[in-house]
Amino acid sequence: MPSLRELAKRQSRFVSGHRLCAGCGAAIVMRHVLLAIDKPVIASCSTGCVEVASSIFPYSSWKIPWIHSAFENSAATISGIEAAYNVFKREGKIDKEIVFVGFGGDGGTHDIGFQALSGAAERGHNILYVCYNNQAYMNTGVQRSGATPKYSHTTTSPVGKVVPGKIQWQKNLVDIMVAHNIPYAATSIPGRWNDLVSKVEKAVKINGFKYIEILSPCRLGWPHEPELTMEISRVAVETCIWPLYEVVEGKYRLTYKPKEKKPVSEWFKLQGRFRHLLLPQNSSLLEEIQKEVDRRWEELLKKSES
Amino acid sequence: MGVKVAKTANEAFAEGMRQINPDVVAAYPITPATEIVQIFSQFVADGLVKTEFVQVESEHSAMSACIGASAAGARAMTGTSSQGLAFMWEMLYIASGLRLPIIMAVVNRALSSPINIHCDHSDTFGARDSGWIQIYSENVQETYDNLIQGVRIAEHPEVRLPCMIMTDGFILSHCLETMEMLTDEEVRDFVGEPPERENLIKSAIEQKPITIGALDLPDYYFEHKRQQVEGMKNALKVIPEIGKEFGDKFGRYYGFVENYKLEDADIGIVVIGSTAGTGKEVVDNLRKKGIKAGLLKIRVLRPLPVEEIKNSLKNLKVVGIMDRVEGMNTFCGPLYSEISASLYDLDKKPILTNFIYGLGGRDVKIEDINIIFDDLLKILEKGKKEFTLKYIGVRE
Repeated sequence: MPSLRELAKRQSRFVSGHRLCAGCGAAIVMRHVLLAIDKPVIASCSTGCVEVASSIFPYSSWKIPWIHSAFENSAATISGIEAAYNVFKREGKIDKEIVFVGFGGDGGTHDIGFQALSGAAERGHNILYVCYNNQAYMNTGVQRSGATPKYSHTTTSPVGKVVPGKIQWQKNLVDIMVAHNIPYAATSIPGRWNDLVSKVEKAVKINGFKYIEILSPCRLGWPHEPELTMEISRVAVETCIWPLYEVVEGKYRLTYKPKEKKPVSEWFKLQGRFRHLLLPQNSSLLEEIQKEVDRRWEELLKKSES
Repeated sequence: MGVKVAKTANEAFAEGMRQINPDVVAAYPITPATEIVQIFSQFVADGLVKTEFVQVESEHSAMSACIGASAAGARAMTGTSSQGLAFMWEMLYIASGLRLPIIMAVVNRALSSPINIHCDHSDTFGARDSGWIQIYSENVQETYDNLIQGVRIAEHPEVRLPCMIMTDGFILSHCLETMEMLTDEEVRDFVGEPPERENLIKSAIEQKPITIGALDLPDYYFEHKRQQVEGMKNALKVIPEIGKEFGDKFGRYYGFVENYKLEDADIGIVVIGSTAGTGKEVVDNLRKKGIKAGLLKIRVLRPLPVEEIKNSLKNLKVVGIMDRVEGMNTFCGPLYSEISASLYDLDKKPILTNFIYGLGGRDVKIEDINIIFDDLLKILEKGKKEFTLKYIGVRE
């Protein structure tokens, strides 16, 4: 893996001038993912924050061939590009190696884009799909998605007098992708550059469909102070709310184990969307989350040990 | 030269695709278009084509993968019907807006609900404003010929628009007809290599970044849409050129429309698709009786060949426009709207009336078209019409 010094010397392929918020996790994710790939890349991107903020005509932040076509079809679009590459290569029209990356937010990946994602994974295209998961529809103004955590406040799962925010658990899409028998799946965060870069590097060396889901703090939607982006993503890991792991050929492996597991309230207190969970009258809700996070962590530990 | 063979329109589509030998086909099964990709899959399995066949999980992904492939520089094709086309709706506009010359074989079928698998034109008429070139076929031969010409039209550097080629579900898709199939070499030479376009793979190899599908705010969107219209306008020039080139090479000439016995006609019908065959039979019968009847077949609906429509119909006294689709505006079908708008600026124009027929595969027989011509004759006698819209062949 390249050192941070070496990475810093590489030309960034997601460049400044985009209109993402100060402190946006997704901008860091895009930059890091592309920095980690040392080959020509073609990327597709679903409709969402990254797409609208990075490609406002006649400007573009992408120093790679990049396409956006719609919200739910990043995986299908990049499948078609990879198919074109395969036939050109087979016909001897090109010989250069190209890496294919599909980007999508959690809405474009967990929800509306899930069918296209599942289809592309089942077909086994040689693609890396990266989901920047900011846990809600942030581009349209913070609506709940299938990736929104339980009891989170969003504009369509608001905290009210009788409903304490989103009442369902988020789906675990990494496990769902593992169930597609893909050769590589992983989680990561922007706050651990070495984890993120090494996973992307590893993934693109593997032939087949790869899936990496990166927690992407959203200062507007969560909301949090913009300078806390990196820290907040690390607290998600330290509380075991967002464990860092990879699944190679179905085999789970923790890539980072917190020395001391912090209570989930440490993560909640940094964000407005969970403010209500810290009120004394909601202690049972907080306990419920802690219990479930503990259970999922134990389950992951078991899977990783076996 | 080609050989005479018996083929269904689905087989003709599949054989045409094999001969065109596209780089990428992404498709999903749907009745009655399923056979096209089924037969084509066998060509892939037997190594008869170079094509990378992407067996997508939906029509939405079929069009999305075609968009990706075409944006990567590939010649991309797909095929569908009805609900499948409806599911692609969003992507149809994106394919044309990105100026990607994707070719789609469409087997016309009614839209749900009620669910029905048989022919009408509601699926592609709904897509007529999606920025795709639309070419309709009367029979199996035309289905095949149109597909081959469609590649050249779509990829023409001054057009650069996707093109859908239509055939009538079951009536043509599953009906054996004699047709002349060109040799593989003839088709290969005719379609040639696709003209080079800027694309994602070229960009990756040359390390010259391109962004496709950028966000246009109110300061650019309108200009880009306006440019897209230029592509469609250029298609007005290119379609007859390709039709003539095809005719010069293979003996079958194609324009925007087919005028059948219209030169001296007093009355006539306007039709799309396989009904033209039945309509011509009726016209012949009427001619034998000394009635000056004719028929206008619309081959190309997008771009709309307004000048040809005017020229064909300007000297008629009464015209019946046959819509195999319901527009639900309670006044007329969509083809009527298109034809009446085309003729509106003429100083002297025929009396127009509209017949909606054949929805959901309801058979249209010679007797049905006789009823239409009887009505046209009555209007001719009286010099005025008593209705604008009539349903043919429905129980009510």
